[in-house]
Amino acid sequence: MERTCDCCPNPAVVHEIVVQNGLKAEVHLCAEHAQERGFILPTSQGPALVVGKLLAQARAAAPRQPKGCGSCGLTMAQVRETGLVGCPVCYRSFEQELGAIIERAQAGAAAHVGRHPAHAANLVDRAALRNRLARELREAVSREEYERAARLRDRLSEVGGESTADTTPSTTTSSTASSTTTDDIAGDAARAAMPAAEDGCSPSGGAPS
Amino acid sequence: MGAATRSPLIGVDPADHREAPMADCVLSSRVRLARNLIGFNFVNRSSPEQLAEVVHRVQAARLGGPYEAGTRWVNVQATAALDRLMLFERNLISRPFVEAPHPRCVAISADETTSVMVNEEDHLRLQMLAPGMQLAPLAERMFELDRSLERSLEFAFHPRFGYLTACPTNLGTGIRVSAMMHLPALRMLEELDKVQRAAKDMHLAVRGFHGEGTEALGDFFQVSNQTTLGRSEHDLVEEFAGVIVPRFVEYERAARRTLMARDLSSLDDRVHRALGILRNCRLLALDESIKFLSRVRLGVALGRISDIERPLVDRLLLEVQPAHLARISGGELGQGRDDRAARADAVRGAFRCL
Repeated sequence: MERTCDCCPNPAVVHEIVVQNGLKAEVHLCAEHAQERGFILPTSQGPALVVGKLLAQARAAAPRQPKGCGSCGLTMAQVRETGLVGCPVCYRSFEQELGAIIERAQAGAAAHVGRHPAHAANLVDRAALRNRLARELREAVSREEYERAARLRDRLSEVGGESTADTTPSTTTSSTASSTTTDDIAGDAARAAMPAAEDGCSPSGGAPS
Repeated sequence: MGAATRSPLIGVDPADHREAPMADCVLSSRVRLARNLIGFNFVNRSSPEQLAEVVHRVQAARLGGPYEAGTRWVNVQATAALDRLMLFERNLISRPFVEAPHPRCVAISADETTSVMVNEEDHLRLQMLAPGMQLAPLAERMFELDRSLERSLEFAFHPRFGYLTACPTNLGTGIRVSAMMHLPALRMLEELDKVQRAAKDMHLAVRGFHGEGTEALGDFFQVSNQTTLGRSEHDLVEEFAGVIVPRFVEYERAARRTLMARDLSSLDDRVHRALGILRNCRLLALDESIKFLSRVRLGVALGRISDIERPLVDRLLLEVQPAHLARISGGELGQGRDDRAARADAVRGAFRCL
């Protein structure tokens, strides 16, 4: 399945797996953003002739620290250790890592089918629209219908960018993930009204099965 | 604590005493939903103060419809150990909920068919129980309760991952449907691996008498869905009610027919010998009580034992367990006289053969 760029809705033409400090991350970039980040492209004219390579500049970048969830502070290492996630926002903070774990645990299923709370109806509808637009955009690009693709890209930007529901797993970078967090967990207004978890709150002593 | 005869685990509708569907092979059906509140960390990442606030919010929510009248809220943290264990033995709370150290409570409907655990692994664990095979009507009632709670509470939901839970193995629909199967003939014919294979092929979990992490006792097995993502609740319940449970029931009934056709005297001997022990023993351990009650239950289902009714056997399956036994015999857990003697007395008394 064709992936979209981590930074925009365009199709990704550079695909890299980066391992730093024991953390594996995938990078998917369109031609424009790949050049911006220092990848060498044999041609900048499109997706057909791509051989990406990280430059020394990228390698020399500051080593990434294990990041905690923006809301509860839990790290992915702690999730792996306990098998439990700390809060709803963790699913957005660690969407990529958890997505793979969830798929394994759920016999290959990647997306929810079924009931949803009434307050999430708009979210579900919007996710479905984003998925449809992203799918149409990929089809338009593959058919070289560039004018239509541009219109679809603009429309996708209007409705909130990346797809999250039923097609390509999201490949957001950590910065885009945090900027879309509040969009993708239902009822965030309610959460905003609540005090966030205090740093260092202790996990419950029980380990429910 | 209500009388044991009111529990849905006993398998008879208290209103009209009709036998529950497939009760010969299915002890009980259960549907549970996992839900978490927006605005709070999950239970494993919350402070006691935050968990107390979750309890407060859920108690303030309306359960709606039939659950308003007669529902009791039990503050589990302030409940005596014996009563907590009784709730567990009646399948109203889970094993971890018995001992957890943090603020938690459970709402229990008057007929003990519905319970809402607050601050188990997830903020809410809604559970409904019914005797025999009744998954489809149970699920409908569960969705009504879910909708009702949704009017007062906002549940965490993600468009890709569905309802969010502390453990990723529960997210999506958050639904777990299960049937407690009684499969003595399959065990006697050593064909239980057929059940295990079929369960594995269908991504089902097969667990013991009290669910996750417990051993099968006396031919009782809980069959439940293992995955919660990617299939709608409706499809899952339909498959369980229409295909999976009936298939296991048919395996068991075929095994029972085989046993009767092959050697009726031997089958009669096994079920009546079990009944004889229960009627005459003076010391009875828990595992052997379940084993012999299971055989008597088989004898009753096949019409080989005619002077005992199945609901009595199902009631005894509850009452031989440690907390029930302690309550019935007026003692405390693990104190006083030998549990095995108290259990033997209770069973003999129930069969009126003192």
